[in-house]
Amino acid sequence: MTESNPSPHRSAPVDHSATIKASLKRRYRAERRFRWYGRAAIAFGLAAVLVLFVDIISKGHGAFKTTHIAVPIHYDLDSLGIDSINDNQQLALANWDALFKSGMRQLLPEASGRSQRRELYRLISNGAGYDLKDRLQANPQLVGQRERIWLLADDDIDTYFKSLRDGEPYTARVSDQQIAWIDQLYASGDIATRWNRNFFTRGDSREPEQAGIWGAVMGSLFTLVITFALSFPIGVAAAIYLEEFAPRNRFTDFIEININNLAAVPSIIFGLLGLAIFINFFQVPRSIPLLGGLVLTLMTLPTIIITSRAAIKAVPPSIREAALGMGASKHQMVLHHVLPLAMPGMLTGAIIGMAQALGETAPLLMIGMVAFIVDIPGGFSDPATVLPVQIFLWADSPERAFVEKTSAAIMVLLAFLIAMNTTAVWIRKRLERRW
Amino acid sequence: MNKSFFYSSAIAAALLASSAVSARDTIEIVGSSTVYPFATVVAERYGRSSGGATPKIEATGSGGGLKLFCSGVGASYPDITNSSRRIKASEFALCQSNGVNDIIEVQIGFDGIVIANANASGAAPLNLSRRELFLALAKQVPGSDGELVDNPYTRWSQINSNLPDSAIEVLGPPPTSGTRDAFAELALEGGCKTFETISALKKSDKQAYKTVCHTVREDGAYIEAGENDNLIVQKLEANPSALGIFGFSFLDQNADKVQGSLIEGVAPTFDSIADKSYPVSRPLYFYVKKAHIGVVPGLQGYLAEFTSEKAWGPEGYLAEKGMIPLPTAERRALAAVVATLTPMSGQEPLK
Repeated sequence: MTESNPSPHRSAPVDHSATIKASLKRRYRAERRFRWYGRAAIAFGLAAVLVLFVDIISKGHGAFKTTHIAVPIHYDLDSLGIDSINDNQQLALANWDALFKSGMRQLLPEASGRSQRRELYRLISNGAGYDLKDRLQANPQLVGQRERIWLLADDDIDTYFKSLRDGEPYTARVSDQQIAWIDQLYASGDIATRWNRNFFTRGDSREPEQAGIWGAVMGSLFTLVITFALSFPIGVAAAIYLEEFAPRNRFTDFIEININNLAAVPSIIFGLLGLAIFINFFQVPRSIPLLGGLVLTLMTLPTIIITSRAAIKAVPPSIREAALGMGASKHQMVLHHVLPLAMPGMLTGAIIGMAQALGETAPLLMIGMVAFIVDIPGGFSDPATVLPVQIFLWADSPERAFVEKTSAAIMVLLAFLIAMNTTAVWIRKRLERRW
Repeated sequence: MNKSFFYSSAIAAALLASSAVSARDTIEIVGSSTVYPFATVVAERYGRSSGGATPKIEATGSGGGLKLFCSGVGASYPDITNSSRRIKASEFALCQSNGVNDIIEVQIGFDGIVIANANASGAAPLNLSRRELFLALAKQVPGSDGELVDNPYTRWSQINSNLPDSAIEVLGPPPTSGTRDAFAELALEGGCKTFETISALKKSDKQAYKTVCHTVREDGAYIEAGENDNLIVQKLEANPSALGIFGFSFLDQNADKVQGSLIEGVAPTFDSIADKSYPVSRPLYFYVKKAHIGVVPGLQGYLAEFTSEKAWGPEGYLAEKGMIPLPTAERRALAAVVATLTPMSGQEPLK
């Protein structure tokens, strides 16, 4: 109050400067505190990300390697019980397991008796017979030959063998006899962890050692192609119309409010909508990428419309006026001038929308894409699942070896998300123009 | 505007094209998440050995699966539904009213429900009776004068002085789960009817009897831990005094982390569930539409694979995954039902 009254005394300003100095100190302190709050918030966020990454990578890195056993195989048609490898019917009925079973007996000849032999064969993955079949079909010249080949070990053996290094071996699913055999194989160098190629080339499996992520990657790819092909053009067209052509009235306000509301609707609702419209009304088959893409289009459309409108708004009016002034029609002005300038912003929005769609499971639950699908989808109408669903399914499986698979699948999904977001940032930096 | 019109007609064209391909060559299976880990193994084996398309399996839960299954006959409805309980009379009627007349019922084996705690502390497993489980987990229990009162027990030692002096804290599945239904029916009701006043109620007021016996307490002693059994195992590890309820195959896979409590003196093991001496076990089923056999390729082959000894026998690969096989005579009888494709007669005593 004293400041506003002009004072007749000369001594007053001295007092004022003292209070100002004192308050200045306080204000500097407040400023520093404020900055530290911000830094603490960022540090907290980074720490959370760090903990997430350390946890996932420490659990998941093991899945990129898997235990193999080197088995001598004799590709002998007699033990297969067939006389030609060119007859598909004979191939289907052949006793493929006999190849690795006799190899295992050769490797560990002291196993005798029915129950011991069964334990011996359980060291090897039960898919090994099929792997040998595929190998022989691809290389018919191997008939009658012998070779030493690294076969997949069973998931229980894999879990045990990997846990040996951690100092606390997990022995609940292996017998003492099997442990003795593994020690023997380890001493002779016939058991080792090798690069897990299957993880990147195969579809889902209920046997952890045979399960791969490729089916889900392809499913995600097909689904996102449909989502992008539909949501980007529709979203951009809607944004251009609303921003450049539509009159401002109650009706367009109403549309705008609805679009903003749709962006905030929980994604499961879009799944229910998809179930009602696409499956029940249009009779689209369940579980296919085409259907998943349609549902995710509904979900990402609002995001793309909103970001595209923001990008169009950011184009300065002077550009439009200049184009119109040069005699361009409104349509030419939009297509030749506004759209190219707004495109980087629109693409960024679209990529972020796609990244969001890539991580979505809830709407897919309703339309049958949360399913066990082994075959790798080859097109838009083959049953498929997607990456986050694969993570969910593995996290829910009882087998111990799926724990590391789950984390490894999360790593793959995160790699895709990071790549997509980096592309979005790169496009913005590279193409964006500032006024 | 032209552009969006163009694209909306493109969607319409895509939809038309896709409905034209709706005659399918992949077997579609829905149903119980308890049967899912077993059915998926069979599907995968069948797919690999036949060289054809591998059947597609969705875990929708037993009730959801039967609802989809009974919606009609044709390519857009599933061929098989898995169930962790028998089909209900109301569901059978729904099937009939939608033209799903011939249903083949196949019981495939058993699943044990275990009540487990962490074994990190080296403590011995608990020995519980179904009566004690009921007293610990029901919403209302008989008080000292036989009248029903809100569950007063907060510690195990209050129920039986032989039990540990720790708070009652049980992690289990939510009401939507088939495991929860089975647990309520087998464990809680089993303990509930040992009280004379309540078993008398069964005759006079069946609805009230069911409410008393199946309603789980909601005051925090029973914690709904979601459908993910792995999560329950993890939480037990972190909290050694808590108990968890889940399927036998998860106990089988995590024997280093958790141990199953004895129920009425019987430990949950493969053999005790198979010979039915372990009281909390339930049958697993699948149901097949007879009308789809011969229309959807491979359906009969899948049935043959599932009912072969190498799959569901005591030495089969399903047993290795933790499914408890049926006795030999029952397996033979059911294999004959599958081979002759005998549908349900409608005279079965369904609930």
